[in-house]
Amino acid sequence: MGDRAFGAIGLALAAFFIWQATQIQTSFISDPVGPKAFPIIIGGVLGIASLVMLLRPDPRPDWPAAGPFLEIAGAVVVMVLYALALPVAGFVIATAVASGILSWRLGTRPLTAALAGVLISLGIYAVFHLILGLSLATGPLGF
Amino acid sequence: METLSALGDGFAIALTWQNLGLALLGCFLGTIIGALPGLGPSNGVAILIPLAFSLGLDATPALILLTSVYYGAMYGGRISSILLNIPGDEPALMTTLDGYPMAQQGRAGEALALSGVASFVGAFFATWGLVFLAPQLVKVALLFGPAEYFALDVLAFATLGGISSTNQAKSAWAAALGLGIAMIGVDGQTGVPRFSFGEVHLYDGIDFLVAIVGLFALSEVFVFLEHRSEGSGEAKAAGMKIGRITPGWKMLKDCTPTMARSTVLGFVAGVLPGAGASLGSFISYSVEKRLVDREGTFGKGDPRGVAAPEAGNNAAAGGALVPMLALGVPGSGTTAVLLAMLLALNITPGPLLFQSNPDVVWGLIAALFIGNFMLLLLNIPMVGLFVRVLLVPPKFLMPIVAMVSFVGIYGISGSTFDLLVMVLFGVLGWVLRKLDVPLVPVILGVLLGNAMEANLRRAMTISDGDWTVLFASPLSLILWGIAIVGFVLPILFGKAVKRRMRMRKDAAGSTSD
Repeated sequence: MGDRAFGAIGLALAAFFIWQATQIQTSFISDPVGPKAFPIIIGGVLGIASLVMLLRPDPRPDWPAAGPFLEIAGAVVVMVLYALALPVAGFVIATAVASGILSWRLGTRPLTAALAGVLISLGIYAVFHLILGLSLATGPLGF
Repeated sequence: METLSALGDGFAIALTWQNLGLALLGCFLGTIIGALPGLGPSNGVAILIPLAFSLGLDATPALILLTSVYYGAMYGGRISSILLNIPGDEPALMTTLDGYPMAQQGRAGEALALSGVASFVGAFFATWGLVFLAPQLVKVALLFGPAEYFALDVLAFATLGGISSTNQAKSAWAAALGLGIAMIGVDGQTGVPRFSFGEVHLYDGIDFLVAIVGLFALSEVFVFLEHRSEGSGEAKAAGMKIGRITPGWKMLKDCTPTMARSTVLGFVAGVLPGAGASLGSFISYSVEKRLVDREGTFGKGDPRGVAAPEAGNNAAAGGALVPMLALGVPGSGTTAVLLAMLLALNITPGPLLFQSNPDVVWGLIAALFIGNFMLLLLNIPMVGLFVRVLLVPPKFLMPIVAMVSFVGIYGISGSTFDLLVMVLFGVLGWVLRKLDVPLVPVILGVLLGNAMEANLRRAMTISDGDWTVLFASPLSLILWGIAIVGFVLPILFGKAVKRRMRMRKDAAGSTSD
């Protein structure tokens, strides 16, 4: 995806944004401008900027090859699952697993990564919960 | 003299044992964050804001802690510039030119110490400049009405890219995206929901902290994943000899005029809209090269080439606080993060802040002075320790960064939805970075969007719907004028300026690599 494709996406986004802005319900008491005008102006700026990118693109960026690209997609999946698992599994377990996987994918050997995950999790738990008293997600085991 | 007594009150607030302890902790943490690969002042402070917030510190102590971290990170950033030839952030780019050659000659310790002193001088005098200039600017700002504030907001976005911006369309795109994100949620004036698609979680809008941590911190993790197969600088730092860690008196004496000139230039560059710290260090270096480089030693490890950009960029960082505190409009990425910090603590910067909460303003300024002294004292003897920090491999560091980001955001709201939005912003940040779209306007848009709209609507309510009110006063015309010039100039000259910054870097790089 280069600037042209990005500009096209931007144009679509701007059009959607402006259309949504016109759909905003207005109540009978309102100031002279109302809640629609400013979003429409923003949508206009977004559209013009997208158009400029579409017409005068910069050189294409180097997108990563399939391998690193999958790594990033994998990390996103891990983070999403982590966010969902936090309230269920509790902070310590979820964090140990997630940071272990991230560390493994960043190039640590599996066993070391598992150990690193546990240490990172316990370390953050100790510093932020036990010392600083921040409330972290509690799981069924109480931590 | 009124100013000095206010500053005295500020010191009275800052000089309690708790606040001194927080300042020391902040300086120490900040230097480490600045030295760590992949973390700098903006994303380091971004991760810590939600934490400081959920720890329930009062406004002033939290502010002291975070500004100390911010100043510390500015100091720490130079360590990797000098030892690894990798600038921690854009302003530190010029420091690599003479800092790295000095390190190669076995004078790394001297370069680190000298840059510490230069940073101190730049920041110290810039803070004095802030003390005297900000109240003057406040007097002007008190004349501003909503129309002028709207024009000022436009000016902030128009000049954000700075003179070295290469693609103004991308800056404008990023600003519009940020403003658009700010529009999500219930409209403050009429109470109707906007862009929330019936999703209850979106009624409150998107928390700017979620956006900042996602864009700045999580995207960094993705960048590391992308480049994980390429080697990092660990090995280099391990083999580097530090040498003596105190600068000789003669070296300091030689560099004094350089530091003095660079401080003034940097401060002016920092106060002006659209210049910022990168330009501050660039101008300082270029001017010094022209003035004192008679033997052609710049770029080959001349101490003055280290002192100039460091004094310049720290002075610019101080100068950039003038418009941020007095007008509430930040002119750079790092001041935008500081604005986020103030807003998170429920403090709105601007002229009224100086009148209604003088304790916060002057306590903050006093904290800047104290932090600056602490950093100088910490940095000279302990630089060896901070160099060790460079050896932390990213494969352990990045998971920690990610997890601490999650902890901070979860601590504020306890909501899974916010965490998912943060991940989304992380991906967005990575894509935008690949496409060379600047992230700072996005942040600024999210931060200022609602205030900007409120100013527009207030102005229009006063004028009863007449749009010409935006251009009615001479003050607002001046602001619009600066905004237009600031936006158009980079289109004409941006490429040339950027090329010169790059060229200088390449010319020096070719001899050292």
